Amino acid sequence: MTADATPALVEDRQRAAGPRVRKSSAYPRYLAGKVAGAAVSLLAVLVTSFFLFRLIPGDPVKTMTGGRQVSAEQLAAYREEFGLDLPLWRQFTDYCGKALTGDFGTSYQFRAPVVDKITEALPNTLLLTGTAFVLYTALGIILGTRSAWRHGRLGDRVNTGLALTLYSIPSFWLGLLLIIVLSVGIGPLPGMFPTGGMESGGEEGFAYVLDVAHHLVLPVVTLVAVEYGQTLLVTRSALLDEMGSDYLTTARAKGLRDDLVRRRHAVPNALLPTVTLIFINLGRTVAGVILVETVFSWPGLGGLFYQALSVPDLPLVQGLFFVFAAAVILMNTLADLVYPLLDPRVAR
Amino acid sequence: MTTTAETAPSPRALARQRRRASVARFWRQYRSERAGLYGLTVLALCALLALFAPLFVGSDVSSVTDAPGRPMQSPSAEFPLGTDQFGRDLLGLVIWGSRVSLLVGLLAAVLSVAIGTLIGVTAGHFKGWYATVMMRVTDWFLVMPTLVLAIALATVMSRSLTTTVVAIGVTTWPTTARLVRAQTLAVETRPYIERAQALGGGHWHVMSRHVLPNVMPLVLAQTTLIISSAILAEATLAFLGLGDPTVVSWGGLLQDAREAGAVSAGDWWYLVPPGIAIAVVALAFTLCGRAVEAVLNPRLGVSR
Repeated sequence: MTADATPALVEDRQRAAGPRVRKSSAYPRYLAGKVAGAAVSLLAVLVTSFFLFRLIPGDPVKTMTGGRQVSAEQLAAYREEFGLDLPLWRQFTDYCGKALTGDFGTSYQFRAPVVDKITEALPNTLLLTGTAFVLYTALGIILGTRSAWRHGRLGDRVNTGLALTLYSIPSFWLGLLLIIVLSVGIGPLPGMFPTGGMESGGEEGFAYVLDVAHHLVLPVVTLVAVEYGQTLLVTRSALLDEMGSDYLTTARAKGLRDDLVRRRHAVPNALLPTVTLIFINLGRTVAGVILVETVFSWPGLGGLFYQALSVPDLPLVQGLFFVFAAAVILMNTLADLVYPLLDPRVAR
Repeated sequence: MTTTAETAPSPRALARQRRRASVARFWRQYRSERAGLYGLTVLALCALLALFAPLFVGSDVSSVTDAPGRPMQSPSAEFPLGTDQFGRDLLGLVIWGSRVSLLVGLLAAVLSVAIGTLIGVTAGHFKGWYATVMMRVTDWFLVMPTLVLAIALATVMSRSLTTTVVAIGVTTWPTTARLVRAQTLAVETRPYIERAQALGGGHWHVMSRHVLPNVMPLVLAQTTLIISSAILAEATLAFLGLGDPTVVSWGGLLQDAREAGAVSAGDWWYLVPPGIAIAVVALAFTLCGRAVEAVLNPRLGVSR
């Protein structure tokens, strides 16, 4: 079984279809199974990435030359350079063989190896998603815990309502609004943040770090706002499930303060379903950042993907598609591997 | 639904009666979910507005050639939400856009849930290699980043509403398939399935008469939740320029606004209404879905 990508299923999984590990000695076998499953998924993604994007209408060579007058010989030369003159099955075997050694070909658009473009953009995406991920996970867990502990009160209702509302907001719209209000400025409000990009240029040393952080604020706020709700809701319902448990009554009977009962006893157990979600989110955020990067012209993988699709720049699109899917698969597998270690109960 | 059951209770009438009673029970419990009622009210209003939109706004509202106002006017008495870069009335466009956004959201969700239910029920009913293959396929779709795959599909196909519906429907069904399969497996262990099979009921009979009615409540809750994400996905695809350029939708309006330079000009009134419309409808569907889920499965405790 592969990990699930939605919160509803995350909860289900804890109850019904949790990883079945008989004893701790069965873990290596379980691990091998999961890793093999992930490898199969990766291969399937590789195959898909090749065939799916061949369906895009238009001749890639014509796109490359951009409507310039090009002689038939030059077209043929281009075709040969990018291996487009070979039969489809040869292109496919070449693609797979090279991809396995980490070579995704040359980008039509940038005339640079796809791997270089990806490794160039990857740190930017990781900076953006990493910062947002840490913040929205922390926010979701803290607010979710509070909400559940005082459930039914006004604070809980406001918290849940706000989370659900923000969860229903399109991230790109929120991004655009933030740009208008805080970057362009309306009425008496001056523009406080840059409208896009990652740096103003010309800065060095500590000033550069500050500059990047300044550019980072709005995209991170957007991501955190639309993403924290899910973590909040899962944490909240997991903690609510624990609330009536006997061990909490015992802890209280021991005379522990309410705060300690929550922090030491309830929350660690309630966090288990959240752990799965956290890993899945990590993979998903990398793949889901396309919109925010496009809106804020952030020079990361998502923006690159959109740029590559509009050309269409086949090798780059294929490479990025593979990276996105691989991120999700990797994180799902990690969640599967870590979970039995954290929750000995699933090792029934 | 007729009331012939009282005089001579045939099995069919009995079943109908039972079903009606359970619908009534469901509605009684649903009414106690306050957030769900709010959601339902908002949805009813939106549906009425979308259905009767031709009464308020003419179908020429999206026509660029004889637009009523000057380009990019801010809100005024004549145009409560202002005008766009062609001088079209934005209030009319937002109302008109609800038709496409709701329709695409509904159709995509129905397609998604239909695929999911079909695969879930058959994979749960037929064991052996068929189920294995189907669940492998489901798992494969599940690990694919949904948005990336939907964008890729929308790019590959021509720009039309059908494309949007298919791109969303084809990428979002796996969760439904997993849920429905689990439920099917649970239902099929019950004795009445064995009885039906002993009496000679075939695969089709068992699946359509016994399994399907039992998974329907789950499917209903799932549909409501998926509509909400389908509406968001439609807006996303339209915003990225992958929607049908000839129709007006909320996502498309946002893309128009961005292309017209409303962001750098600070014309917030162009951007706010379509976004709020998307958020309100998506939220309403989420609230309804959570309420349905809470009624059907009190153990979940989502809205306690």
